[in-house]
Amino acid sequence: MPKIIVEVMPKEVLLDPAGKSVNNALHRKGHKDISAVRIGKRIELHFDREITDKDLAEAREIGEGFLSNGVIEDVVKISSEN
Amino acid sequence: MKIGVVTFPGTLDDRDAARAVRLAGGEAVSLWHADTNLHKVDAVVLPGGFSYGDYLRCGAIAAQAPVMESIIKAAKGGLPVLGICNGFQVLVESHLLPGGLIRNEHQHFICRDQKLIVESNTTAWTNQFELNQEITIPLKNGEGGYIATDETLKRLEGEGLITFRYKEVNPNGSMNDIAGLRNERGNVVGLMPHPEHAVEAGFGPDTTVAMRSGVDGLKFFTSVINSLVNA
Repeated sequence: MPKIIVEVMPKEVLLDPAGKSVNNALHRKGHKDISAVRIGKRIELHFDREITDKDLAEAREIGEGFLSNGVIEDVVKISSEN
Repeated sequence: MKIGVVTFPGTLDDRDAARAVRLAGGEAVSLWHADTNLHKVDAVVLPGGFSYGDYLRCGAIAAQAPVMESIIKAAKGGLPVLGICNGFQVLVESHLLPGGLIRNEHQHFICRDQKLIVESNTTAWTNQFELNQEITIPLKNGEGGYIATDETLKRLEGEGLITFRYKEVNPNGSMNDIAGLRNERGNVVGLMPHPEHAVEAGFGPDTTVAMRSGVDGLKFFTSVINSLVNA
């Protein structure tokens, strides 16, 4: 299925409580070389037709305007699979 | 009879669970998530709440906590363990019980007095109930939808491991109306509804006799004490 994949991450400068909790759990399990964990979101936009450049531009707009909150998150990647 | 009640960061119902233990005649012992020492308890309750903020998945980080290493090991050796709500999620994430719990089908947090049918009364935590007894205890969750593979569901049904089933209303979209499960041995039981909130008249669900007079939850705790006395 053709899809656009939008990846959203919490901003580098912000505390990511979920990532920090997972990192603490990993350290307890002995994975000491992992220095940090950050958890973001992968959002798929599915299409029933081929994806165009216009769709990708719209996806960036949706990603930055709705799927993420620019105050606390960044859209780190937008990609497509046809 | 010493019954441990675990507190994780974000646990909410540990004090209610400890109170339920005392009302049933047991001694409640607080267990701490970071401590592997179970302080020689005879049984363990994993209470409800939002351990570790429900980060990653409900119960997923709690399942990795130091105290769980000891509890998982002891449960495999027969220690009675009851997981309530978030505690049920911890049991599932610890693989002591099969399947998973996902967001309620209707997408809303739900809080109601819930009718259940007790379908197994041969566990450490249900031996004071009649088989197929109807009980009412409070339910309060956002992610209580029980799911499992077809193969697992078939095994649960076939081996009689479904311990509680929702009656009249399926409040969260759980497959096969499953409200709670047991392991093969019957020492590990997990359920989404909260027996510890129905242990004292005046504070429980309404009954036909009087408002807030429901104490069906107390039998979970008298059951485990009974099973330990007769062990």
